[in-house]
Amino acid sequence: MRVPLSWLREYVDLPAEVSGRELAERLIPIGFEVETVHQSGAGLTGPLVVGRVLEIEELTGFKKPIRYCQVEVGPEQGGVRGIVCGARNFKAGDKIVAALPGAVLPGDFKIAARKTYDHVSDGMICSARELGLGEDHTGIIVLPSDVTVGADAIELLGIRDEVLDIAVTTDRGYCLSMRGMARETAIAYGMTLRDPALLDTPAPTSDGFPVTLADPTGCDRFVARIVRGIDPLATSPLWMQRRIQLAGMRPISLIVDITNYVMIEIGQPLHAYDLHRLTGGITVRRAAAGEKLTTLDAAERELNPADLLITDESGPIGLAGVMGGASTEVHEGTVDVLIEAAHFAPATIARTARRHKLPSEASRRFERAVDPNAAAAAAQRAVDLLVLLGHAEADPEVTVASTRPHPSAPIVIDAGLPGRVAGLEYGRSAVVRRLQEVGCTVEGSDQLSVTPPSWRPDLTDPNDLAEEVIRLEGYDRIPSRLPTAPRGRGLTLRQRLHRRVGRALADAGYVEVLNYPFVGKAELDAMGVPEDDARRSALTVVNPISDEHPLLRTTLLPGLFATLRRNVGRGFSDVALFETGLVYQPRPGATAPPRLPVDRRPSGEELAALEAALPDQPRHVAAVLTGTWERAGWWGGGREATWADAIEAARTVAAACGAELTVDQEQYEPWHPGRCAVLSLDERIVGYAGELHPKVLEALGLPPRTCAMELNLDALTPETEVNVRGPEVSAFPVAAVDVALVVSREVPAADVESALVEGAGPLLESVRLFDVYEGERVQEGTKSLAFSLRLRATDRTLKADEVAAVRDAAVASATRHTGAALRG
Amino acid sequence: MSAPNKTYDPVEVEVLKPEAVERARDEALAAVAAAADLDALHEAEIAHAKDRSPLALANREIGALPPAAKADAGKRVGQARAAVSKAVVARRAELEAERDTRVLVEESVDVTLPWDRTPRGGRHPLTTLTERVAEVFGALGWEVNDGPEVEAEWMNFDALNISRDHPARSPQDTFFIDTPGYDPDEDDGRDSLILRTQTSPVQIRTMLRRQPPLHMVAIGRTFRTDALDATHTPVFNQIEGLVVDEGIGMADLKGTLDYFVQEMFGADLKSRLRPNYFPFTEPSAELDMQCFVCHGASVGDPDNPCRTCSSEGWIELGGCGVVNPRVLVSAGIDPNRYSGFAFGIGLERTLMFRHGIADMHDIVEGDVRFTLPFGVEI
Repeated sequence: MRVPLSWLREYVDLPAEVSGRELAERLIPIGFEVETVHQSGAGLTGPLVVGRVLEIEELTGFKKPIRYCQVEVGPEQGGVRGIVCGARNFKAGDKIVAALPGAVLPGDFKIAARKTYDHVSDGMICSARELGLGEDHTGIIVLPSDVTVGADAIELLGIRDEVLDIAVTTDRGYCLSMRGMARETAIAYGMTLRDPALLDTPAPTSDGFPVTLADPTGCDRFVARIVRGIDPLATSPLWMQRRIQLAGMRPISLIVDITNYVMIEIGQPLHAYDLHRLTGGITVRRAAAGEKLTTLDAAERELNPADLLITDESGPIGLAGVMGGASTEVHEGTVDVLIEAAHFAPATIARTARRHKLPSEASRRFERAVDPNAAAAAAQRAVDLLVLLGHAEADPEVTVASTRPHPSAPIVIDAGLPGRVAGLEYGRSAVVRRLQEVGCTVEGSDQLSVTPPSWRPDLTDPNDLAEEVIRLEGYDRIPSRLPTAPRGRGLTLRQRLHRRVGRALADAGYVEVLNYPFVGKAELDAMGVPEDDARRSALTVVNPISDEHPLLRTTLLPGLFATLRRNVGRGFSDVALFETGLVYQPRPGATAPPRLPVDRRPSGEELAALEAALPDQPRHVAAVLTGTWERAGWWGGGREATWADAIEAARTVAAACGAELTVDQEQYEPWHPGRCAVLSLDERIVGYAGELHPKVLEALGLPPRTCAMELNLDALTPETEVNVRGPEVSAFPVAAVDVALVVSREVPAADVESALVEGAGPLLESVRLFDVYEGERVQEGTKSLAFSLRLRATDRTLKADEVAAVRDAAVASATRHTGAALRG
Repeated sequence: MSAPNKTYDPVEVEVLKPEAVERARDEALAAVAAAADLDALHEAEIAHAKDRSPLALANREIGALPPAAKADAGKRVGQARAAVSKAVVARRAELEAERDTRVLVEESVDVTLPWDRTPRGGRHPLTTLTERVAEVFGALGWEVNDGPEVEAEWMNFDALNISRDHPARSPQDTFFIDTPGYDPDEDDGRDSLILRTQTSPVQIRTMLRRQPPLHMVAIGRTFRTDALDATHTPVFNQIEGLVVDEGIGMADLKGTLDYFVQEMFGADLKSRLRPNYFPFTEPSAELDMQCFVCHGASVGDPDNPCRTCSSEGWIELGGCGVVNPRVLVSAGIDPNRYSGFAFGIGLERTLMFRHGIADMHDIVEGDVRFTLPFGVEI
């Protein structure tokens, strides 16, 4: 809402020295966000005076007709001046606006006497656009005949003004008007308001223009007035054009300007129909299927059965509260009009405006609720202005179609409620005074019975009334006190583990990234994910940011690949990234969530139905790495990142969660079929790690040998803390034995190791694979695995024969399970 | 060796004469002093201090002396040998010290050589800031909660008193999920799945789970259909706070927000509330904090503009208010007994102000150069 300060002063007697900024400082604390204070006319300095054209000499011989005028500008400005002018919309005797040498017009346009078209032009006759008063450049401004020659035109035209641009919150529809903003200004300054809607309105008559309200929920009030004999040549006065323009709209014609002016002033949108274009009476009803309407903007619109329409016997003539129809529009020759001032249901108007993508000044106000009791006053105001400025006459008949029930019951609040909500004492009298200031009727002593004014449909609950008191008393009065919480329980185990995982990966050299969860089919294709893979059944965003990424991720890898590619593209060849975040897995057979009640707690069953509609959203952790893991340097050579590093990253995560992963060979996209590990915990698959498939890397534009891992972090994090038992530490000496075992090449080392552990029994303290050999010194198709076993007893020093027995048992177990043979 | 003197006649033994002993001692001391390294000292020691040295040999001759002369000669030789031994020990210590010093010098390295063999990692500042904020409220005894990012409309809107016609519920603002069994044109009591537009559904989930007193903070991802630019991102994070208890009012909100800005930005800072409108709070307020750079000194001082607060003196952090009693009702809490406050603060905004980040792109793009300087904690 743009509020010109000069217009506001019409309703509130603000002291003359109050500036726009000062007013803003008062309005902001009571809930009006003043975004800017425009200094209108700041770029213009005089002399700018009223002149009278004495005579006009038509100059010929130039590309266009030019006039050399003798203009009387008053004795103080040198009497009469010769001014060259290209406009033709004036005649001798007209009063005009003359900018004289020394004046500066907007855009730093300096006026000086200069020779042009063979004459010295001693100033300029101005158009509205040249003065920054609007876009009109079809001719110069012709002033009314009653202005004084030589008078200061800056003041006369109201060029200098301040305009507050206010972001009105959606609950305060009444402030989308001068009336509403004037009310708040009056409260802020403790002054009296001259309410522009307090007009004498004639009583409805029964013989007025016929109006039928066929949809009382959509339209419960419709005031219709007829004005006849409007002078088609009459134009809006400058002051009205100026105000409309300062308020952010465009002056168009007298009739349209008056409806807009009254809308800005009182907040009630009006519509003017050309009376002779109406066919029969008006009915307000919903659209029928298949109906169409051509609106004022010349667009033909298919109507929805939920659209509320103004119709006559010819059919639809307007989208109620949104935009009028072209067929009954007022035009240059209109002399008789029907003025509509109606009240429409906010939600109906909001939906229609949204459905037809037609936000208008009218719909913006109706959506936020218009004062239903202002309709008659607004219609009267428009009638008065048409009669005055259009030299017209109003019909005595007054149509007021209304189905509006009596106002709802008053709100009962405890006089102490505002104080309790704020946390300080206001006292009953302050509470009552503030509520009365906003227009409420207040009765009662301790229990207040409060009836909000008709323009405040937003005041429905006790807390709404409390807010009015608190904001007007000032939010700055609210004290600061820190509430005391009961004993806390700190972070949950899962929250602590998530932190630990992030920290462990960062400590291990990975850099955390946080990617958008939006992915596309193309990325899953590039990853080689099979058509029937669960990762393909992703949720789809109906209105995605990018049409290429409409899916919600089922894996973190696509985002990591894109970010890795970005980093590599920016010149980093050795990059290790990780991300933790949710993935979204629709539940098979899930259906849309129920709409639950809001006037009570939903039942357990209702809530369970809602939860069942949501997808599973487990937290995953994933990492990608490329380039060298250990760099080359003065110490010697570097080491490329390998599949083993990716698996190690997974182990790091598991260790942070206190879990130990089982690693098995597997084939799973997008990993290299021979370099992919499936990771499980308690026989349950929790993730994959390894080197990525060369084809996938090629398709994704990633460097060769890039590696990755992904784990379901939720599956790794236990619900309850694992209580580690303190081990018994033996002080007896260790017995170390090494065994080299030859197995077939395909046998996983992990299998041999677990067989050794099983065979060795309780005396085994640790086992470690320290060498893998394939080559000439073992048979083809086999490999040699060298393990070092450490044996120790808790109660004695082991004897040589005991050590040998354990070793033999371990080897025998390996032989039994994996066909391992002691290397000769 | 001379034969023992059994006749007790005075016998002259040349090597035991005082001059001879003195000479042998001086030669020995000179040799020790002249030893330039440990090897030379070792040789000097063999020549002058060990069994075959002149003084050792002279010592053996003492027995040939008449008894009256033995003590005198013994003392003389003994003193000489002791002096030599002492000189050897001292010289050895000297030479060893010299050697040690030399070796350590030779072994010195350039400790300024870089050791970037294994790269350092880092955590995203949004993550570490999340943890920091959780600690700030955790210190008050609040619980840290979270909730799903794909939500039902009811949790994100209806339960929060956001009516079905509220503009925020349109596809212009909210990401809608293609939901089987949902038809936007059918009013059949079924809703769509959406990406939550705020962390406030966590309020509802918390209240549905337990009765007051409730003190909780939720920090998490939220989604709105804004395009990515310098100050907006479609995927952003909110800090959500909720307190519900008996007798809670705006003063408690103010105190909590003062605490938050002081913990996060500086002990001398204040928060400010400005009236605003949100459906889920009544009264509602915009939350500002005092500019932590200029403390308001730049207001009206065009010579010293503040880039952080655009010389406004205050920085907008988010929205807050007293929980609308209708919200309490939807979540099964008796509004006649309990009241509460709630706030929502932008995490990205907090990060940008706190760490002087000018462009949202840097926060979302995942460039390692942006993240690494933040380390693992902020």
